[in-house]
Amino acid sequence: MNNIIKKTLLVLALSTSFILPQMANANEGAHLDKAPVDASNHESLQRGARTFVNNCLNCHSANYMRYNRLLDIGLTEKQIKDNLMFAGEKIGDPMKVAMSKADGKKWFGVAPPDLSVEVRARGADWVYSYLRGFYRDETSATGWGNCVFDPVSCKVSMPHVLYELQGEQAINHETHELTLTKPGKLSAAEYDALVGDLTNFLAYMAEPAKQQRNNMGWFVLLFLGLLLVLTYKLKKAYWKDIH
Amino acid sequence: MSDKNKSVMANVFSNGLNWVDERFPLTSNVKAHLTEYYTPKNFNFWYFFGSLSLLVLVLQILTGIFLTMHYKPDAELAFGSVEYIMRDVPWGWLIRYMHSTGASMFFVVVYMHMFRGIIYGSYRTPRELIWLFGVGIFLCLMGEAFFGYLLPWGQMSYWGAQVIVNLFSAIPFIGPDVSEWLRGDYLVSDATLNRFFAFHVIALPFVLVGLVAAHIIALHEVGSNNPDGIEIKKLKDKVTGIPLDGIPFHPYYTVKDIVGAVVFLMVFSTVIFFAPEMGGYFLEANNFVPANPLVTPAHIAPVWYFTPYYSILRAVPPFPGVGFLGIPPSLFPGVAAMGLSVMVFALLPWLDKSPVKSIRYRGTLYKKWLAAFVVSFVVLGYLGTEPANVWGQFGAWLGNADRATVVARAFTVVYFAFFILMPWYTKKDKTLPVPERVTG
Repeated sequence: MNNIIKKTLLVLALSTSFILPQMANANEGAHLDKAPVDASNHESLQRGARTFVNNCLNCHSANYMRYNRLLDIGLTEKQIKDNLMFAGEKIGDPMKVAMSKADGKKWFGVAPPDLSVEVRARGADWVYSYLRGFYRDETSATGWGNCVFDPVSCKVSMPHVLYELQGEQAINHETHELTLTKPGKLSAAEYDALVGDLTNFLAYMAEPAKQQRNNMGWFVLLFLGLLLVLTYKLKKAYWKDIH
Repeated sequence: MSDKNKSVMANVFSNGLNWVDERFPLTSNVKAHLTEYYTPKNFNFWYFFGSLSLLVLVLQILTGIFLTMHYKPDAELAFGSVEYIMRDVPWGWLIRYMHSTGASMFFVVVYMHMFRGIIYGSYRTPRELIWLFGVGIFLCLMGEAFFGYLLPWGQMSYWGAQVIVNLFSAIPFIGPDVSEWLRGDYLVSDATLNRFFAFHVIALPFVLVGLVAAHIIALHEVGSNNPDGIEIKKLKDKVTGIPLDGIPFHPYYTVKDIVGAVVFLMVFSTVIFFAPEMGGYFLEANNFVPANPLVTPAHIAPVWYFTPYYSILRAVPPFPGVGFLGIPPSLFPGVAAMGLSVMVFALLPWLDKSPVKSIRYRGTLYKKWLAAFVVSFVVLGYLGTEPANVWGQFGAWLGNADRATVVARAFTVVYFAFFILMPWYTKKDKTLPVPERVTG
């Protein structure tokens, strides 16, 4: 019996050793950089919220995110109203945009997607790499290309909204390596930090309850751990006369 | 409390119980199913999964009720209402994650429960009906999972439903009408969402609960099997008539199953609180994109619990058609194989010809076949989550066939051989003598 279990495990181990290197290949699209996501860093989230509201929330909505949810990340109602709300919304309103889907489609070829849960769909690393991956492409309609968005064609409908900050990059079509050709208002490190904060905010917005969920998990496990000791002792006590 | 008060309380209780018992068989049922239901004393690890399946069923029903209070079965509103539950409903995220994790955990515990039945021969005489009710529960559960998966109305919900419903159109003659009838439209749409909601929250749960009741009633009629695969009712105490190796279900197995439930809840909570997506296996990333009938995802994969059967579907080559007879090519063979791969479990009681029930007393031949089956189930399950080209292609000598497809074909053959050849290898197998009394 044991012999067969060992052989079965061996076959499974062999199949997985065959599988695992292949899995890495399967995800091979663009190379993605690790996003600095940290939901407990409220300052980073607040900076990210500012960047989001000022730059993204004109075309992209966040229909499932309410302004007053930002109380979570250490802002006061007054701070939210004064710094992050521009169009006379109420504090309990969701982050909507004035641009209609039809207009978006007419102007960009595709309606800009709602960003509420974008990080859950794409992953934080993807968003972080994407926003740093724009380069000058005179052949495209917007003048920008992005190989993170589509590793094969490098075409993208969204223009590089943050180009004033980042400057312009050029691409080596062989290696897909990017080089800065025209500096922007920010240094490369400052721009990476800005996009890092923005990504952190988008990740937070994709699941605002995540921090609460993780914190609560430890208490739940602690409670169940104590319950396990008690129920196990109870079982032992009842079963002591069964042989 | 004084002794006098105590006896008054005891009187009130026993009078009350008598009042109920004269009108409803309460005491006799508690005895028949709990305090005087005699269970083999040698249950091991594998015997936790029956009660755990029941626990998950109750959790799914309770969390489902609360989700239904906030969910909108409407193609325009469904996706947003799920996010509303995740954000604005107090504890909505917890309820939703319990339900989505519960779906996967249901299959985990049910697969373990089925495996237990297989290794200890729990499907053999006189427990064939328990097994058949169980297969019914399994089918129902697959239906529940499939209908429920459409409800969040994400891309995977939508395209998964599209693919599965289209499978029915491969059935000869009636197929296209059947799939249109299921959808209620020419493609998956609002009408489909509404009817899937109805199936998910009322039709199938009714059938499921009914089958579970039948499963347990049948079990309590014939008594539980055990890891030795012997009948404890054969040897009873001459005076009391109680099986020598039997102990009352309550309190012995109630206190034991509670320990199992707590351990299970620890695993369950770890997933819910720390990894509700389980790396994309429990909640797929693409399902956070709202359903879009105009954009087909590059890679459509079902959730992990369906992938072994999905692999079989893809592995079986289509019927090429017979041109001169006017018979068109058809995908039906794959669809039929997938259906059979699930239904074939129902035949186990009649395929197994071994003189013993439990794996403990079977010979190596059976164990090798079982091991081969487990490996094929796992490998097919893995391959079903990946595109067919995941392992690249063979060279021209094999017609540049996808490696994964060839492997899936080989394991599909093993999967079915486990069942088809069972009468032969269980008869030929050299079994060990079975003891009179249960062992540790």
